[in-house]
Amino acid sequence: MTYPLWLIPALPLAGFLVNGLVALIAGWQRAAGRTAAWREAHPDAGHGDHGHAPHGGGHGHDDPAGHGHDSHGAHGHGPSVPALPYWQRLFHGVVGVGATGLSCVLALGVVVPFVRESLASENGLPAVVETAYRWMSAGPYVLDIAFRLDALSALMLSFVTFVGTLIHLYSVGYMQDEEGFGRFFAYLNLFMFSMLTLVMANSLPVLFIGWEGVGLCSYLLIGYYYDKDFAAAAGKKAFVTNRVGDFGMVLGIFGIFALFGTADFSFVDMARHGAMNGHAPLSVYAVCLLLFLGACGKSAQVPLYVWLPDAMAGPTPVSALIHAATMVTAGVYLVARCSAVFVLAPDALTVVAWVGAATAIFAASIGLAQNDIKKVLAYSTVSQLGYMFLACGVGAFGAGMFHVFTHAFFKACLFLGSGSVIMAMHHEQDMRAMGGLRPKIPQTYWTMMIATVAIAGIPPLAGFFSKDQILGAAFGAGHPGLFAVGLVTAGMTAFYMFRLARMTFFGTFRGSKEAEGHIHESPATMTVPLWVLAAGALGLGFLGVPEVLGGSNTFMRFLAPSLAASHPHEVSIATEYLLMGMSVAVAAAGILVAWRWYGAAGATPQVPSVQADAFYRGTGPLGPIVANKWNVDEGIEALVLEPFRKIGTALWRGFDALVIDGVINASAFLVELTGDLARFFTTGNVRNYILTLTLGVLTFTLYVWIR
Amino acid sequence: MPFAPSDMALIVPELFLTAAGLVLLVAATAVSRAQEKQIALWSIASLVVTGFLLAVPASAGAGARSAFGGMFAADGYSLFFKVLILAAGVVTILFSLRFVGDSPYPGGEYYGLLLFATVGMMFMVSGTHLISIYVALELMALSQYVLAGYFKRETKSIEAAAKYFVLGAFSSGVLLYGISLVFGATGSLSLAAVSRSIVLGPKSPLLVLGIILVACGLFFKIASAPFHVWAPDVYEGAPTPISAFFAVGPKLAAYAIFARIFFSGFGHNSSEWTVIIAASSALTMVVGNVGALMQQNVKRMLGYSSIGHAGYALLGLLAYGSKDFGLSSILIYLTAYALMNLGAFGLVVLLETKGYAGESVDDFNGLAKKNPLAAGVMVLFLLSLAGIPPTAGFVGKYLLFSAAMQAGWFWLTLLAVLMSAVSLFYYFRIVRAMYLVEGTGELRWREEPAVTVAILACAALTLFLGVYPQPLIALAKACLLS
Repeated sequence: MTYPLWLIPALPLAGFLVNGLVALIAGWQRAAGRTAAWREAHPDAGHGDHGHAPHGGGHGHDDPAGHGHDSHGAHGHGPSVPALPYWQRLFHGVVGVGATGLSCVLALGVVVPFVRESLASENGLPAVVETAYRWMSAGPYVLDIAFRLDALSALMLSFVTFVGTLIHLYSVGYMQDEEGFGRFFAYLNLFMFSMLTLVMANSLPVLFIGWEGVGLCSYLLIGYYYDKDFAAAAGKKAFVTNRVGDFGMVLGIFGIFALFGTADFSFVDMARHGAMNGHAPLSVYAVCLLLFLGACGKSAQVPLYVWLPDAMAGPTPVSALIHAATMVTAGVYLVARCSAVFVLAPDALTVVAWVGAATAIFAASIGLAQNDIKKVLAYSTVSQLGYMFLACGVGAFGAGMFHVFTHAFFKACLFLGSGSVIMAMHHEQDMRAMGGLRPKIPQTYWTMMIATVAIAGIPPLAGFFSKDQILGAAFGAGHPGLFAVGLVTAGMTAFYMFRLARMTFFGTFRGSKEAEGHIHESPATMTVPLWVLAAGALGLGFLGVPEVLGGSNTFMRFLAPSLAASHPHEVSIATEYLLMGMSVAVAAAGILVAWRWYGAAGATPQVPSVQADAFYRGTGPLGPIVANKWNVDEGIEALVLEPFRKIGTALWRGFDALVIDGVINASAFLVELTGDLARFFTTGNVRNYILTLTLGVLTFTLYVWIR
Repeated sequence: MPFAPSDMALIVPELFLTAAGLVLLVAATAVSRAQEKQIALWSIASLVVTGFLLAVPASAGAGARSAFGGMFAADGYSLFFKVLILAAGVVTILFSLRFVGDSPYPGGEYYGLLLFATVGMMFMVSGTHLISIYVALELMALSQYVLAGYFKRETKSIEAAAKYFVLGAFSSGVLLYGISLVFGATGSLSLAAVSRSIVLGPKSPLLVLGIILVACGLFFKIASAPFHVWAPDVYEGAPTPISAFFAVGPKLAAYAIFARIFFSGFGHNSSEWTVIIAASSALTMVVGNVGALMQQNVKRMLGYSSIGHAGYALLGLLAYGSKDFGLSSILIYLTAYALMNLGAFGLVVLLETKGYAGESVDDFNGLAKKNPLAAGVMVLFLLSLAGIPPTAGFVGKYLLFSAAMQAGWFWLTLLAVLMSAVSLFYYFRIVRAMYLVEGTGELRWREEPAVTVAILACAALTLFLGVYPQPLIALAKACLLS
């Protein structure tokens, strides 16, 4: 290695600084220019009218398009906010994509040799730890800003930088009509910096910096259209929900410190050798659950998943990068990183597995009935994240990480594809108004179909291998219940994904004639990333072909040194074939139903599918509840927020008005009294001062006397 | 008393600065008002050269050495303080350039006096003998009295000087009396000898009384209660750059000798004096922070706030049990204290016009709109003063409080934390004024590059040491009393 590891996160940070600074200055200038132009147009306006300059002077978004979330001035609405001049866009794009791309090149430059040598050696390479600098030391406790390269971080590093670069490139095309182009790239680069800090950290505190950094960027980017109420509210929701998780995360870090006396990842080895602090006040069980609470917040598990569907208010590349491919998998990464600790608390692992399973099936059921194309994908992401935790919970951390890896590719591809569809549809996200897009946007169609087949779990695409290993592990670890939940979820996944594909691309167009005329394929900066990701969805599963299919499962072999030893598969080869057959059959059934129900010629925006409608009516009260997301938001409102509001009101009326105000009034009286006393001693007269000094000396002397 | 010519080599920096002060004082009589700036620049140059003269033997790896029969020590501990004091002197002169230049008072002697005060402090922090410490302290104090009253036709300035002088004389008397009692009890004035005789000799009430009186004298110098009464009046009345200087330089020097006298001189008698210091610390924190709550004048408020800080810093002296931790945390805390106080006073200097206008809290109204940078920097200093990360003030307070906890002073640490919370209230009154209140009149903001540079340097260091305190921590650990 000829360059230091810290260069990898440092590059996006530099990109953030440059882009942010330039965007800020250019924004000021634009705002000043606009104000001046407005002044010229309104010569009689007084000086006090700063705030009334039109178009909000600098925060520029005009988006009259209903619930469409992206504003594109060039398409006829909102002409008051022009896109940036070409050279500025070029600058931001080159800096943003360049910083991430260069960091990707550097990352692959260290990861590729590492993987090669690691696979060549018997037990894998030991972790490379590089200390950038000593952050602080207090007594025996030392905290370094140190970066780590081992199998787990190498894996994360490779796909985070690679997928990240592709999505940056895609954004150049997708965001071209935005006035906030520079701000967008600055945030995106800041996100890359935080995410890389998270995955390369060598200690939990440094990981936590990245953890909070990605949370901040997520908040900023969800609320990118901050002049839209729903976007601002969604950002706030994500932020608040994540705080609940972070509460557990911070306590978990303290717990790890209490257990092992250190928070850098040497505790993983300690846990392997059972070297724990004998009189730690916290049990391993509690620490694991606390860390898992943090993971639940970041990775949108039940019950903290509510923020992720709303997070779709952000621009689509953000949904792809942050809320599908990278950030939301940080929780899985955390559990895998601490796997050696988790295996010491089997009960905690069981909790992880069941929370994951519950999330998987619950989110999938909601996904069945969504009509917003991005919402379907959002619930699908929540559901897939559930799979990953299910894998970790049954001890198959490698399978979980494999799913993280493949999911990053096909889900990013799906999100970017949906972005391409949304752009072609002029910011229409309702699938009921789509249909028959296949011949009009063929590249988007093909790439999305590959990813759809992959996520549905059809061999030999990537999703099949990773999902199959999770299901196999669940069965092999002796949890038929978990296996059954996973299997049903697999069927649901296949159904809702093909429902999405059929409603979008097949049948006849259900929108207006005018909208149909405008449909266009996206530019190359968007389709090239789509193809690369689709290729990943197509082929990356072969990295982890299990032995039973004649593979050597390179992926697991590579990851093994970083993870706790997973339970051996105790199933016969025949059973394994049977399990595979079942999962493929269930997926095929889901596809078949979706294919039959949706995409038929007679569909209308009101009734996209006659059969589905009939089925929906047949379910009685259950159908509407599922369609309304199991009423979870309403439930939280009624069960959590409303009581808090009541408590708040009661405290305000009862406690605040009576007790606090009383105390304040009493203390005001006391202060007044003190003031009178002080006034006696500090009159400004020197003789009073001398009196004070003398009294002081006398008091102290007297103390010596009487002691 | 043995006296070797080589002893002179150790005080070369002090000798140089004294000579520079004398030359500049004489030169000041010959310059016109327009040329005073030259004097100021030469003063800065001589402070920098002095720093250089200090740094040369230190960088050559010279260890701790003693001279003049144990009256003077050139060690890492004194070097640490000397560098801080010289830096404070440079910053003060930068603050003064325009402030004094625009005033109706000729400023030639002003800079000479500043240099003499600095020489006094340098001898103080190197003093290892009660008499040498006392003489150096008086050199500093006499220069201070004159500087406080430098704006001689302003009633407030004269009042400040008069009060400072009378009370200072009183406290010097107490200090000298204490020193004489210590001499009577131990037969020696050198700190090492005093320490030896405390270990060997019988416990005498006379000695304890002497120690208490010395403590009282020093309490006055660091402005801790109940000997703090002078501080708000003097800070308010003195020319603002001088207030900044008083809040930092003399306090650093006084803390340096406080720690040296009590740790290396009276250390073995610590059970006798910790209670007194704890009582004063508690009282100081309460008086300083509660007093600051009621102030409208920013200089007065910063005066009370620095009284509160004196109370916190006393916690470090209480950590005698874990002496190294306590002492290093004092050094770190005082560094942070110097940076943030100089910065905050600097902003007051910037806002002030002739006379004393521009120092009320209301004068900060709407600053955030008029000058976002100045407001942002002020917020940084206030955050640091309140002890909120990521600022140097947080690091200092954190270490100080940990040291006190480790030494077993739980109730006092609790009180300190409570009082820090109280302090948030008055610091944020300024933040509120800057950000939430509309400015009423035109802000008296003047472009002064020298002051701006000094303030920004303080701000950068405050932030840097808050984010990455390790170098300072390492340095402080290397500069402890042997």
